Amino acid sequence: MTDVLQALVNGLLIGSVFALVAVGLTLIYGVMDIVNFAHGEMVMAGMYASFFAWSVVGLDPLVSLPIAGVSVGVVGGLMYLGVIGPVLGKSPLAQVIATFGVQVFLRGLAQFLWTPDTRTVRHVWADGIRLHIGGVLLGGPQLVMAGGALLCTLAVAALMNRTRLGGAIRAAGEDQAAAALMGINPRRMYALAWVIAGTATGVAGGLVMNAYSASPTAGVTFVLMAFVVVALGGFGSIGGAAVAGLLIGAVQGVVGRYASSYTLVAALGIYLLVVLVRPRGLMGTR
Amino acid sequence: MSVPVLERLTRVGPPRPPPRRSTRWLATAVVFAALAAYPLVLGDSNAQDIGIQALTFGIAATGWNVLGGYTGQISFGHALYFGTGAYTTAMLVRHDWSPWLAIALSLPVAATVAVVIGYPTFRLRHHYYSIATIAVAEIVLLLVTTTAALGQASGLELPIKEPSLANLQFSLQDKRPYYYVALALFGLVALAVMVFLRGRAGCYVRAIRDDQVAAAAVGVPVQRYKMYAAVLSAVTTALAGGFYVMFVLFIDPPSGLGLDLSVSFTLMAVLGGAGRFWGPLLGAWVLVGVQFLTRQQFSGSGRSVDLLLYGALIITIAVVEPGGIIALIERVRRRIRRSP
Repeated sequence: MTDVLQALVNGLLIGSVFALVAVGLTLIYGVMDIVNFAHGEMVMAGMYASFFAWSVVGLDPLVSLPIAGVSVGVVGGLMYLGVIGPVLGKSPLAQVIATFGVQVFLRGLAQFLWTPDTRTVRHVWADGIRLHIGGVLLGGPQLVMAGGALLCTLAVAALMNRTRLGGAIRAAGEDQAAAALMGINPRRMYALAWVIAGTATGVAGGLVMNAYSASPTAGVTFVLMAFVVVALGGFGSIGGAAVAGLLIGAVQGVVGRYASSYTLVAALGIYLLVVLVRPRGLMGTR
Repeated sequence: MSVPVLERLTRVGPPRPPPRRSTRWLATAVVFAALAAYPLVLGDSNAQDIGIQALTFGIAATGWNVLGGYTGQISFGHALYFGTGAYTTAMLVRHDWSPWLAIALSLPVAATVAVVIGYPTFRLRHHYYSIATIAVAEIVLLLVTTTAALGQASGLELPIKEPSLANLQFSLQDKRPYYYVALALFGLVALAVMVFLRGRAGCYVRAIRDDQVAAAAVGVPVQRYKMYAAVLSAVTTALAGGFYVMFVLFIDPPSGLGLDLSVSFTLMAVLGGAGRFWGPLLGAWVLVGVQFLTRQQFSGSGRSVDLLLYGALIITIAVVEPGGIIALIERVRRRIRRSP
């Protein structure tokens, strides 16, 4: 029984990271109807930022979270200005392909600049934390990752749902022309959405450096889950992404306990099952 | 150039004059003649490899194009059909079947897979469909990776046999026979796809792509025609997979079923021109060529410039002309014609 509980807890902890990674993806989709296939590479950029903050200046991944967030926020802004802005209003296929191009380009850039070697931050502070609650062991890195991810997810949700800025971004996403008539500059809101999504994703990248290694293909691990989480929660729904992230994590944790080679199969299978019964995902509206 | 098919289906009055058929057939004949002449003009082994790979992936991407480009159902899981063709062929050839029979039998298998997957997933729209295709293909990849009979992660090797057309194996000194077999298969695919798209089916699937709800409203049986397109698409891509495994004599999960492979079919089709018949082959040729050349130039450094170039190329085409290289050529030609 404790075994199952332990597996479930581990799953929920990693699930909250999936949720944060998915939040950036679903934010972009909700505002612009664009699925960003370069999202995993944004996580990867955050991981490298965190690694270099440690190897060059000696900052712990927890301390350098703002650095990771800001750097990937800049990446997101540049991506909007350079690639996404020009393809807005073109065919959906063109938009998808553009983000694919960015994915390949960023992966190539990382490989070119930093070689395919994996890079790990050693002796993170979080290693020192250990919590036993009723026979369930909570590892420091996992605990820190999950806590940070939940806080950041809540922050993004609050920003989008509770502030005037978030309202303006959502308005521009719902009806560009009407928003413009209300004095909102839609293009600026789109750019801001990319910066916010980038920042959240960068923080996710920084958090996972507590337990994972950076490499040019490091983002792949998270992005596949993020796609599934976004679609399962309903494209565009931040709350849906959070719920779906935790659900997928829990399923992975429990299945991993009994058949470790089928964790991903189970996660993808849950997604297919839900979406076949409810084609808009758990909390999607479109 | 989005063809207003719905308008054509619903319009009252005299139909537009049909396009001149003779010029179109002439153009097709010229392209095939050029393809047939290619290995005679460029004789070296690299050029042969580029040609064979471009034709193989061109066939697969042409298959993707039937469903993605013409019917508007963007699949990121087409490696599943490529892998179905490759694995079925590999298994049967390992049991001493003729490779031709094996490839032929893999086609109905792929068609069945397409129907089984299409039946539930075609209810999903837009991105939900695309993500579902990724999920299905990844599940199959993971299952194959753990199935002992399919070689698990280490893959399947095929026996080397006497070089002959019957064995579909030829000398590696001169790979021209492989090239011409691939070209013949492409010709077969071209015929099937052109016949499909010329008729009522072609009209219907384009209508589904342009506006599914409107198409259903004017009486297009949406699900049925999506399924027809999916079957033709799957069979075509499986054919490429079957030929590929006979050329390489090896298949493993990433090379036969990987997400990167699915994505590359999409990229080839879009680069050349999605929804245009020659787009996928042109895109395949350009991408395979770029990969070969950059690898040759920068090999050994471990720092791959090819990914950078490849990414930049894709971004450029998406930003400059989402219709692909073919649309770009058409645009330039129109501009030249207008200026005296």
